[in-house]
Formats: sequence, structure tokens, C-alpha cells
Amino acid sequence: MSVFINKDTRLLVQGITGRDGSFHTRQMIAYGTQVVAGVTPGKGGQRFEEKVPVFNTVAEAVLAAKPNVSVIYVPAALAASAVFEAADAGIPLIVCITEGLPVLDMTKVMPYIRERGIRLIGPNCPGLISPGQSKVGIIPGNICTPGKIGVVSRSGTLTYEIIHQLTGNGYGQSSCVGIGGDPIIGTNFIDCLQAFEADPATDAIVMIGEIGGTDEQQAADFVKAKMRKPVVGFIAGQTAPPGRRMGHAGAIISGASGTAADKMKALADAGISVMKRPADVVPLLKERM
Amino acid sequence: MNLHEYQARDILRKHGIPMPEGAVARTPAEVKAIAQKLGGTVVIKAQVHAGGRGKAGGVKLAKTPAEAELLASKILGMQIKGLTVEKVLVVPAADIASESYVGFIVDRATQRPVLMVSAAGGVDIEEVAAKTPEKIHRLAVDPRYGLLPHQAQGLAFHLYQDVAQVRQAADLMRRLYEVMYAVGASLAEINPLVTTPEGQVQALDAKIVVDDNELDRHPEIAALRDASSEAPSEVQAREAGLTFIKLDGSVGCCVNGAGLAMATMDLVKYYGGEPANFLDIGGSSNPQKVVNALKIITADRSVKAILFNIFGGITRCDDVANGIVQATSAFPLKVPMVIRLTGTNEKEAMEILKKAGYSAGTDMDDAVKAAVAQAKGRAA
Repeated sequence: MSVFINKDTRLLVQGITGRDGSFHTRQMIAYGTQVVAGVTPGKGGQRFEEKVPVFNTVAEAVLAAKPNVSVIYVPAALAASAVFEAADAGIPLIVCITEGLPVLDMTKVMPYIRERGIRLIGPNCPGLISPGQSKVGIIPGNICTPGKIGVVSRSGTLTYEIIHQLTGNGYGQSSCVGIGGDPIIGTNFIDCLQAFEADPATDAIVMIGEIGGTDEQQAADFVKAKMRKPVVGFIAGQTAPPGRRMGHAGAIISGASGTAADKMKALADAGISVMKRPADVVPLLKERM
Repeated sequence: MNLHEYQARDILRKHGIPMPEGAVARTPAEVKAIAQKLGGTVVIKAQVHAGGRGKAGGVKLAKTPAEAELLASKILGMQIKGLTVEKVLVVPAADIASESYVGFIVDRATQRPVLMVSAAGGVDIEEVAAKTPEKIHRLAVDPRYGLLPHQAQGLAFHLYQDVAQVRQAADLMRRLYEVMYAVGASLAEINPLVTTPEGQVQALDAKIVVDDNELDRHPEIAALRDASSEAPSEVQAREAGLTFIKLDGSVGCCVNGAGLAMATMDLVKYYGGEPANFLDIGGSSNPQKVVNALKIITADRSVKAILFNIFGGITRCDDVANGIVQATSAFPLKVPMVIRLTGTNEKEAMEILKKAGYSAGTDMDDAVKAAVAQAKGRAA
């Protein structure tokens, strides 16, 4: 078992012939992901790598190939439209890798997917992987190994760093989910914690947050009230200056809100073991498992 | 991207929001001419991206054009929080009967634009929110329908009793909502929103922050960027496609990925050092980016050691290694450098660096410790 994706995942790639889309599609296929279709308007009828059928629209791809997950690699200016298209075609899980979506676009995307009961992961995220089963997005497959730790994170490379520590010390992963670094995202920490709590293949969870917003504080409340599995947490940005956007659009301390200190305290108060640095992840998991 | 007050005013006026006339000037002579044209007492306001302009002496009242010229000569060129005042806004001094606050932000929790109003205007709204949150009224707007007339009116009744003023304020709120989507703002606020002795509702000061992700599709807004109000190193970095934020420490950091860059800065601090910057070279594999990054970091004289922390995923370690070799052969380094590389093409990278006479490690903690020690060694 795993969360959100598994060996039965049938993936559609929106933007399959683009520079990023084609590169990562090859990686996903090599990892063993079932890529059943791609979409690039104007390239319908072609085959990607002589294998994956390409369609002009998501609706056509859905009829012909029956995907149940879509991943989006289209440029930022077209990404909101790509999410709407996938939602319209009824794909239940949409993963948007694209970075740089205007936040006002997201204010319109979110009600659209919510009223259709669709899950969006991202945007501006590395996607997710269930090691040994399926990979959707850009997380390097070679640093992961199957196991019982669930990982959820707002970051990309920092997540790889922590997965690398886990794998190197014999802690495999059930699933790793990158939820993205934007202020408005489709799936938050609580959604993932809930899924990991319900997943019989997950024994403990590592959550990696950062400055900006209060999603981690709400996640801490959820852990305290609803979770039985142990959680280990990290917050990046303890040395970030207030008022500056630290790379991720959502990583900004506004006024007195969203500081690392606040978040670390909220996590600790909820019984989450808080790492001071990435290398603490394995010792803390050992204590808790 | 922050807009200047005079730029925000222009946008609001174009959308039909009532504001007193005014004009922007770069010289005391221009200020005098504007004051003459406006007649009566004027306010001269420094145009810099810094709060607390009034306290710093950047906002002055002038009764005559001659006085306006004299005061402008003092404000133009003055420093406010390290920024030089190059422009001033000249507006007529208004008689004010009441001051309130109206603003939109994009709210993370509700995932919607949220309209906030308060009868306690003219002061820092964050202070009002912290001390007397009951004085702020909020409404999350459903972007599918926009701000509906009755919603705007309902909030306006928190500001005014007079129904004519309520209607004016409600109309203004709906226009401000339009401004948000028209320019791609993540914040649009009017503080203070005033009433004149004649009962007219007017915006006196405006602030707009534009979402950087909107600039590609709003070139007319992108053109408003004032590079003189930013640190030169940050302008240079942005033009090179890097995200760079200058800090006060001595360990120059060069990292791929924003989260790892923050975690690296934190680890520098953990081991007793201070980071000199945040720098994310991004996810692409382009040696030129590394060259540009090193140029920017080494231009900072307070940098006593350079730390590379690369976790290769999409970023290939060999590309980063090539960038390091190219950059350091073109501009020999005057400070020590510690390199940590792991992940995609790590072996190739180690070979490239070894040939060029550099050594590199694979452990993040070891690298940060070494960089902190090097930075201290030179400082001592």
C-alpha cells in the first residue's frame, strides 16, 4: 500500500512533448510508472518514444486510455488552463509540477476542483513517488527505496536530502509527497497526514515545512487531535529575514506571522519530534519507532 | 514586486477610484511648479519602498510653493532605511473628517481574495490586527462571482452611517477588487480612506504589491519596476535568473532549491556561523548560472568563505562542477571555498573538480562545519 499512487496508477502527461515533459516522462517510464497517454495540442496522433499515444485534448486521452492521474509540465502561463482541462475531463488526481502560477489563477482553480471532488497536488511541487510502484513528477527514483516511512514536504531538493538520509540508514518509504511551495496549493499537510494515518503500509511520518503561512500549525493541531502514528518534523528558514520571499512564493514571513520559531513550537507542543537539522531525522525516528 | 505610491495612485485613478490630484517630481523646481498649479497647502511625500516615511522626515507639509521647493530640496536625496529618495509625490493637503482602512489580500487559509475594512484607518493595520482584532471586518470573496454589491455595502456600513457615503465606499471597494485582478496584485490597499468635510469619500494613500508570477502577462506593470530601490546584487541576480537575497553574515551560500538553500543557511547558523546570503541556482543544469552566482557572491566583501551545497536531481552535479571551474579560472577566488555535491552525476563532478585542484565532499554537515571554520579563520 501507499498513498495517492501505486502500481495500478495509469498516468496521463500534459505537455508530454515539451522539454521538461519529455525528459521526465522518460524517467517515469524507466522507473516503471504506467504512462498510458500524453497530451500536446497539435500533436495528436503521434506516439511519444514510439510507444505512448499523444492526444490533442485531455478529453480524448481519457476516452482512449483511461488514465486515473494526470501530471502537468506545461509553462506557467498555461498551467491553470491545463488543470481546468484535466478537471473537466474528470481525472480524480491532478499533479501540477509547473512553477510560477499566478496566485490569483489559483483562487479560481481551487473552487473548480473542489466542487468536482478532485484532488490537486501542487502547483510548484516535485510530485510524488511510491517507491517500487510508481513515480509521478520529478523526485529522483534512485534515492528512494520501499519501506514504511511516509514523507510530506513543501520543498524539493530539501526533501531529496532527507529521503537520502532515510534510505542511507535503512528507512525505506511508503510514499513521498511534495505538496509545493506556493501560497495556495491543492493538497496540504493535513490531507497527507490523514492519508498516511489511514495507510496500513506507513508506520511513521516525516513532515518538512518552511516559513510562511500557518499550514504547519494547523497540521500540528491535527496530529495532536487525530493521529496515533509518530511524526517527525523539520522547518526550514530559521535564519530567513522577515518580508522577503525565499525562493518559494509561499516562503515569506509576513509581519509576525509564519516564522520558523512559531512553527517549531507548534510542532513540539503537538508531540511531534522536531529536527534541528536534516541529519536529525534518523535519530529521531529511532526514538519514536 | 512593490509599486510606489504614485504608481499605485495612477492605477487606482484609472479604475475610477476618487483620489485628490497630485503629481510626481524629481527636482525641487518641479515640486514648486506642481505646488503652484495645485494652489494652497501641499504635502510632499518621499517615494521609497520603506515603511515609516513620515517618522524619517520624508513627508512634509508646505504652505507656499517657495516652502515646497525648499522642503523638497531636503527630502530629495535623503536616505530612508538605506534607500535614496529620488522622487517625491506632491498632493494637496486634505481636510479630513474621518480616516478608515480598505484592503484586499490573497488569503492562504481561505484560498480566496479577502477584503478587510476597518474604521481605525490611517495607522499600521497590522498593529490594529494585533491589538484590536475586533476592529477589523473581513470577507472572503468568491472569485467566481466577484465582490457582490450587497457584500460591499454590508462592509461599508462598518465604516459609515451616512448611506451616501456607504454607497461611495461600496463602489470604491468593487473597483479596488477589479484593480487586483487587472494588475495581478497580491495586495491592494487604501490607507487612509478618508471623508472630506463636504462628505466625499476619497483614497489618500495607496499600496499595491504585484505577484511576481504575473509580470510576464502584465508587461506594462513589469515596466514600473524601480531597480534603484533594490540592492544592486539582487537586481543582477534576477537578471541572471537566480534568486538571491543578501544577508549580513560571512558564509556565502550557493545551493540548488529554495528549501535546501534555507536549510543550508540554518545549518550555517547551527554551527556558529552567519550566512551572507540566500541563493538558489534553480533546478536547471546550466554551468553559466553557477558562474553568475559566484560573481554575485564574491562581489560581497563581507564573504569570508564560500559554501556550495548541491543535491543533484534534475540539477546535474557535473554541470555545477564545470560552472565552478569556469568561474574560478576566469575570476580567481580570494576566499576559501567548500564544496558539497551529491546525487546525479556525482562521480563525474568529483573528477572534474579534482582535475582543477579542488576537493569536494558528499556530507552536508561536514561541508557546513568546514565553511564556518574557514570563514572564522579569516575573520580572526
